[in-house]
Parts: sequence; structure tokens; C-alpha cells
Amino acid sequence: MSSEPVIAHPADWRSDVFRVLKRHQVRHVAYVPDAGHAAAIDMAVADPDIAAVALTTEEEGIGYLAGAWLGGERGALLMQSSGVGNCINMLALPAAGRFPLLMVVTMRGDWAEFNPWQNPMGQATEKALNLMGVLTWRADRAEDVEPLLHGAASMAFNGDSACAVLLGQRLIGEKQWVKTNG
Amino acid sequence: MDKAVHALDRREAVARLLADRSPDLLVVTGLGSPAYDVMAAGDDDRNFYLWGAMGGAAMVGLGLARAQPGKSVLVVTGDAEAMMGLGALATIAVQKPANLTIAVLDNGHFGETGMQASHTGLGVELDKVAASLGFAWTDRVSDLAGVDALRAKIAALAGAGLAVLRIRAENPPRVLPPRDGVHLKNRFRAALGFATN
Repeated sequence: MSSEPVIAHPADWRSDVFRVLKRHQVRHVAYVPDAGHAAAIDMAVADPDIAAVALTTEEEGIGYLAGAWLGGERGALLMQSSGVGNCINMLALPAAGRFPLLMVVTMRGDWAEFNPWQNPMGQATEKALNLMGVLTWRADRAEDVEPLLHGAASMAFNGDSACAVLLGQRLIGEKQWVKTNG
Repeated sequence: MDKAVHALDRREAVARLLADRSPDLLVVTGLGSPAYDVMAAGDDDRNFYLWGAMGGAAMVGLGLARAQPGKSVLVVTGDAEAMMGLGALATIAVQKPANLTIAVLDNGHFGETGMQASHTGLGVELDKVAASLGFAWTDRVSDLAGVDALRAKIAALAGAGLAVLRIRAENPPRVLPPRDGVHLKNRFRAALGFATN
């Protein structure tokens, strides 16, 4: 038996997220943390050319990024799917002003979810975004993250659209709630 | 609780706050009466009026302040709009922008919806909240001399500030700003030299 750790996702999608944001000249990364975003958040915090802004609630990021765009700069909003529910009314701002908005959403209540309290919002996330005029793409495989996020960023910043990439729970991996011994 | 009266005339106070306006002053308003007050003081391409997104004005101001660190950003909003985005004040406090001031027009009421008592009218003191969150400075203004001092402070880029302007609970005639968000966005960006997409 091999003692090698199992590598579930050979492509490094976690750093792909940050690389794509940099390629699109993102200068602001607003976030409510999630484990799936930890790598991108750490890279944003460490990058002197990026303003990394921790939020108390996700809708703050909608206003923040609209303000940054008024000031001539691009940004992205990182959050978990539960936070999409917090954003609903604030999404009137990018809709009414046709502001670019790029959201990267790690999914819960999506696949192999342990906590049933995550399921209602997780199951409603994509529909809720679509209802508010946000274009959505789902990445369930590591190799899809880079092209889908690139496409979303292009349509956000070049086409004044609100765009969200949903990172599926199968991609992120099953959360280990209980340590199994033996 | 502080019993300082709500004595300021809101139109007079906002006009004074924006008097002799520098081209380097950028203004974001919360929805409703504060937008009408800023409009009444004189429309400007460097005003961005929110017509919705309640609770979002301070964060629009923060994003703008971070993207334009050399300019002074003033958010003019109402007490209930500020309360709806109370967490944003904590986010601003930890970001410590040097060039952002939140001016809260506080009449202690939900003025747009029938003058119901608001949280500040029932005892919440937003300047003390901001001070405890770590704002660089806070102010409570009850007369025009205080408004003049506030105007000077805004121009000085003295760190994140929050000023409560105690205004009378009354609704002067509405002076409506443009409602087209795309127009407001594009003219604001054009005033800063940015092209329309």
C-alpha cells in the first residue's frame, strides 16, 4: 500500500483563482472568509498591489466594489454560498448602475454536505443570483476554474455585467467534521 | 444619553458643508433625503447618488476612497441608512482610510416613511459607536460653526471620520437627483478621467 497522500485535484485551482484575478488587473479583493478561498485570500493579503478587505457581511462588498469602480479600479468579491443570501437587495446597485461585479462563491449545501442548515441557501444560491440578474457559471472540476473565472472576469470588466463563478463542493472537497480513527 | 437638540436645518447644513467645494471632493449619498439635500446644494458630476442599496453608502465611499487615495471622499447619509450598514463602520475602522468621512444627517427618525422614531432617536449614538470601533476622529455637530469646522476637517484628510449632524426632523420639498444609475456612474468616472466601457 502506498503511503502517498491522495491528491484529489491535480490542478492547483486554489492559486488559479488568484492568478486569474491578477491577470484581470484586480486591485481590490473583498471577502468574508471561507476555507475554499483561504489560498486566494492569503495571496491577496500578501500582495502590496491589492487592497484586501475583510467584510462583516457579504453585501458590504457589493458597495465597496462599486465605489472602487467609480474610482477607476477593479475588484472581486469572495464568499461562501450562504453569503449570497445576504447580498440580494444590494445587487440592485450593480443592476441599476451596470457596474462590473465579479463574485467567486464557494458552495455549501451542494454535495456531501454534513450540515443541513447549509442546504436551503446552498440549493437557492444560483437561482437567487440569476433572479437578481447575476450571470453564473459552475466549476466542479479543477481544470474548469481558470477558464470559467477568466470568462466571468472578461464579461464583468469588459461588458459591465454582474458575474459569479460558483466553486462546487465536489471541487472543494468534503469537509471532515469528525476525525475517524482506524 | 446626550440631549443635544436636533437644531440644524438640513438643507442649510449640507449646503454649508459643500460650500466652496474643492474639485478634489468626491461625494456619495445614501438614498432619500440626504440625496435631495446634496442635490439641492448643487448637482455635480462628482456626486454619486444612491436611490436604493440601503445600508451601502459607507461602503461605496470606502471603495472609492481606496481607489482615489489623493482625493477626499464624503459620504452624506441618514441615520437609518447608516444603522442598516452598521457593520460597514467596523470594516471602515479597520481599513483606516485617510480620506473618508461619513456625515450622518441625524434627525432621530425614519423621515421618508412617516417620521417613525429611529434607533438614534431612541438613544443610539453613532459617533460613540464609531469612536469605539476605532475611527480616527468623530464629531457631533449642532450648529453652523460646527459645520464649518467639519468642512475643514474633511479637506484635511485626517483619517477615517464620522460626524453626526443633529438636524431637525422635517422634510423640505424634494429636489430629485438623476435616477439613471448608468448615467451617474459614467459621468462620475468621466469627471475623474476614466472612459466609458
